[in-house]
Order: sequence, then structure tokens, then C-alpha cells
Amino acid sequence: MISSRTTRVVRRLRRTGAQAVPTVIAVVVLNFVLLQLVPGDAADVLAGESGSATAETMAMMRHHFGLDLTLWQQLVAYLNHLAHFSLGFSPRFNTPVMQLIMSRLPNTLILMVSALIFAVVAGVVIGVAMATWAGRWPDRVLSFIALVLYSMPGFWLALMAIVLFSVKLGWLPSGGEMTLGADLSGWDWLADRVSHAVLPALALASFFVAIYARLTRVAMLEVQRQDFVRTAQAKGLHPMIVTLRHVLRNALIPITTVAGMHLGNLLGGAAVIETVFSWPGLGRLALEAVQGRDYNVLLGVLLLSSLLVIASNVLVDVLHAWLDPRIALH
Amino acid sequence: MSTNHSPLEQPSRRAVKSLEDQPLKHVAVPLEHSSWGRQFAAGWLGRFRRRASDALDAPNTPDTADAVQDVPYARDWTVFKALLRNPAALSGATLLLALIVIALLAGTLYPGDPLDIVAQPMLPPGQDPQYWLGTDSLGRNVLAELVHGSRASLAIGATAALIGVVIGTLIGALAGYFGGWVDDVLMRVTELFQTTPSFLFVIVIVSIGHPSMSIISLAIGVTSWPTITRLVRAEFRALGQSDFVMAARSLGFGHARIIWREMLPNALPPIIVTTSVMLATAILMESALSFLGMGDPNVVSWGSMIGDGRDMLRTAWYLTALPGGALVLTVLALNLLGDGLNDALNPRLNERP
Repeated sequence: MISSRTTRVVRRLRRTGAQAVPTVIAVVVLNFVLLQLVPGDAADVLAGESGSATAETMAMMRHHFGLDLTLWQQLVAYLNHLAHFSLGFSPRFNTPVMQLIMSRLPNTLILMVSALIFAVVAGVVIGVAMATWAGRWPDRVLSFIALVLYSMPGFWLALMAIVLFSVKLGWLPSGGEMTLGADLSGWDWLADRVSHAVLPALALASFFVAIYARLTRVAMLEVQRQDFVRTAQAKGLHPMIVTLRHVLRNALIPITTVAGMHLGNLLGGAAVIETVFSWPGLGRLALEAVQGRDYNVLLGVLLLSSLLVIASNVLVDVLHAWLDPRIALH
Repeated sequence: MSTNHSPLEQPSRRAVKSLEDQPLKHVAVPLEHSSWGRQFAAGWLGRFRRRASDALDAPNTPDTADAVQDVPYARDWTVFKALLRNPAALSGATLLLALIVIALLAGTLYPGDPLDIVAQPMLPPGQDPQYWLGTDSLGRNVLAELVHGSRASLAIGATAALIGVVIGTLIGALAGYFGGWVDDVLMRVTELFQTTPSFLFVIVIVSIGHPSMSIISLAIGVTSWPTITRLVRAEFRALGQSDFVMAARSLGFGHARIIWREMLPNALPPIIVTTSVMLATAILMESALSFLGMGDPNVVSWGSMIGDGRDMLRTAWYLTALPGGALVLTVLALNLLGDGLNDALNPRLNERP
């Protein structure tokens, strides 16, 4: 049993991997061409900021960063870099892009992973509650709350949370990823980090809590009408056990699918939330890169987020192949 | 059951024939040529019309009754009535209608540029009856800004959703109808768009052009179509197996006609539901974009109001709360309506087992 499962998973992985490579290359080329269409380049912005650039220094800068090459040459150079696992050099930050991204990635991952975990857990709990009392008042109240969360821009919720928890109550910090210059260690350090992450993670999660709650409700109602649930009920099993073991477990498949699909959106949402909380993550790096016309950085972030989405899809696929033997058949 | 029903004839044809005798003024397309008209009439006006025509058209009666069951989504009660019976959908529709009226009347209610400075800055709400929501940090009338802001949100939302639905439906229909290599290629392209986080993609496109309303709508529309593509493709694959498409094929109808006149009208209900969701998403995306200062600087938008108010969050939180509230209300109205439509078009999901 285990071995057949493993071969299934391995076969799945190999196929998805073979499909992912052309997709990634196409994403890189597409983004590259799109970014070349953006008016202005890093030399323009740098020159504008320094305020004292001559035509010669700008030409020199362009030559130095390879910005004076043709589109085709630049693309080949970029792909060549990629083949050597390098994301190029950032003219603006004067650092290799890989190093820049790696310094920001952990912060964004903390935010995204905690938001995703919270969203899935809270969403499933609310969804199960809604499905259990479907049509009665707890369902109506929770459905309305979920719908309001679903209709609320996360950044606005974040700002309102800052007003309440930081300005009025003073419980939580309103921005940053840690207290600057506090020089904490051990538990104090951890508590400080957590208190800084709570509001951004919750604000980022809000929209997704609503999605998973609504999805869980529908999926549970769908599973509830199937024969094996009636069988389980007829066996005299406790309703709680039927709900958790028979219904929820089967309803989890569509939920994991959607959770994987939303990872990319989560990253897009993180860009806005990071701006609200001055959280030094990838999303803000992307925004700074757009404003500074720093295309290497932007390409790197876009490539990384595509890889993240593909990886999460693979993860979901593998999870499905593991959970449900029927899925691997086609 | 029916004697004069040739097997090749499309099942719902007869029903339509009798429907066409009825003057339906609110459907713009001439009905005798339109399966769209048929679909709308069947879906939204339902059997009421059909029964009336049955009575007029006695020889066709057995045929018609037979056909009714074959028209997908035509039910004993109509979508329209179901929406009226659903308080959530009704309140959503009312709210949305009110917002549209406000957006249309914005120029009459508050003539002039809402970005003009009219009074002393930072007037709190409820102090001056002339500016009863107060003024912002530059002395602009908050209420006028809110009223005019509805235009940007609704216009960008509607245009973006329209662009997304048109592209998505077209690609999904082609992929689902033809299958094979067409499907492979189109799905590859769709996947490409799905792997890039759409919000980052929108930001890139907006920074290519100048941040104007049309570019923003285009950017949001161009990045939002994959959802609907997958939906339409699945729907078309299912419909491709159905009898009436087979019948249309064997009658020698062209691909374009089968797609446009036969299949698309039957795939319409899920498209309508998804469109309302896409509208809501587009409005949220526009607000995030203008919140980040990447919106059209010459147009007042709720997102940019939130962005401006953010600087005064500690002293004047209402400057952030008010436009956000308007945003939530608008998107909520759309989602209530979308949920109502979903319940009305797929009533199965709401039944208890």
C-alpha cells in the first residue's frame, strides 16, 4: 500500500516537474519583455535622485549595468545568469538580487505561513459550524460575518485594527517587524516578534478566512448528502464523529486545492499589508523595485513568486495523490 | 410522447417558437434569431411566459412541455422570482442600485471637482452642516469625495470585469469546444497567467502605461480572466457531450454558430455568478492599487482617500474609516447579489440532504 502510494506520488512529481520548467521559462520571458516596455530605467531614477547626473555618467551607468544592450542581448544575458542560479545585480540597492531577496524572504514567509495556517484553521472551524447548523441562525450570523470579511479590503481592516489595538488600546505595535534597538533575547525576543506579527498576519488572513469558511460549508453540505454518510449515521455513530471523520475529511480535498491556488494571491496581498505595517518583506521590495525601475529585483521577485505558486500546486497535487487514490488515475 | 418531434431537432427549439410569438420588449435582440433571448426569457421569466404561450399554441403543447424539461436551468419558478424572495439578494441589489444612482448623480449632487479645496482643513464630521462628513487634511469636502469616488470604483470594476469575462469566456469556450491541441495550448497560456500573482502583475502593467482609469481597468481585466476560463472550459466540455450540441453538429451548423448560439447561452448561469465575484475583486484590487498611490492621480477614488487618510490615522481615523466603509458596502452589495444569483441558479447546493 505504502509503496504504491509512493510510486504514485513520485510519478506525479516527475510529471509536474517536467511541466513546470517550460512554464517558468515562459514566465521569465513574458515578465522580461513586459518590464522592457515600462518607460524609464534604473539609471533614470538614480540620476533623478542624485540630481547632478550628466549625459556621460548616465551612459556610463547604463553601460555598467548592461542597460545599453539590445532587448535580445539583455534577455540572453539574464537567462544565462539564471542558468548559473544567479538573479543578476540590483543597480539600486547595489547588491546581488539573490542576496536581497533572501534577506527579505524569511519575513514574508513568516507572514504568509502564519496567515495561511490561521486562515485554514479558522476558516474550516467556521465552515464546519456553518454546515452543522445550516439554515439556522448560527449559520446565518456566521455566513454574514464571512461575507463581510470577504468584502473587506485587507489593508483597510489592517488600518482599523491599528486604530483599535495600537492607537486606542495600545496593546500591539503598529508597524515594523521588531522593536528597534531594544536588544532583546530569548523569550522576550520571541514575544516581541510575535506581537509585531499578529496584526499583519491577521489582516492578511481575513479575506482567506472568509474564502475557506464559505468553501468548507459548501463542501461539507455536498459530502453530507452522499451514501457513505448515511451509512455512518445508520451505524449509530456519534454525529460528531460522522462530521469530523466522514464528512470533513472528504471535504478537505477541495479546500486544499483552493488553499494552494491562493498562495499567489496571498503574496499579492502581502505587498499591501507589508506597506501598511512597514514590514520589510518581499512584497514591499517589489513595490520599491517598481518605483525605482529596478527590473532585476522585480524579475527576481516575480520569478520567485511563480516558483512558489508552482511548488504549492505540486504540494497540493502530491497531497491529493496521497489522500485519494482515484485522483492519480487520470 | 411527442409524435412530430424529429430526433435531430434541437429539443428546446419548439419551446422557443412559441415563446417568440410573445412580444418581449425588454430583450433587445430580435427574438426570432436569438438563442440569447430564449435563454434569458427561459431563465428569468420562466414558465409563466411559456404557459401563456402554450395556451395560444395548442398543437405544440405536448412538445413544449417535453422541451421545458430539456432546457437547462429553466425551472418551475424563475430566477427573477427567486431573487425577489431572497432577502439577502434583494438588499444587495437595492444597495447596488442606490450606489449606481449616486455614481450617476455625482456631478449633479456635488458639481465641480471634488478635489477642490472648499473649507478649512480637518473639519471633523457633524460640525458644519454644509460639510457634514467634514473635510480632509487639504480642506476638501469628504462627502463630495466619497460620492465621486463611487464612480471610479464602479467604472473600473465594471470595465475590468467586462474585459476579464470576454477574454476568459472566449478562451475557455475555444479550449472546451475544440479540445485537443487547442485546449493544450490555451490551457498552457492560462497557467502562465495563473502562476504570476495577479496583483503584482497588475502593478507591472500599470507602471508600463500612465496610471489612468483605462489602463488600470485593462490591467485588472487582463490578469483576472483565468478563473472564468477554467469555469467556461469545464462547462463547455460537459455541454459538448449533450444531445442538443450533437444535434446541432449533425445539422451541419458551423463551429461559431454552435459555440455562440447553442452552447454559450446554456453556459451563462455560472458565468453570471462569476462575473459578480470578478466585479467585487476588481473593485478591491483598484482600491489597493490607489491606496498604494498607483492609481489615477486626477480621479478621486476610495482607495486613494484611504491612502491619504492613513497619514492622519492617529488623530482623524474617520478619514480612513469612511471611504473604507463605502468600499465594504459596495463589495458587500455585489457579493450578496452574487450569492443570491448562485442560490437561484444552482438551488441544489442549498438543500439539506
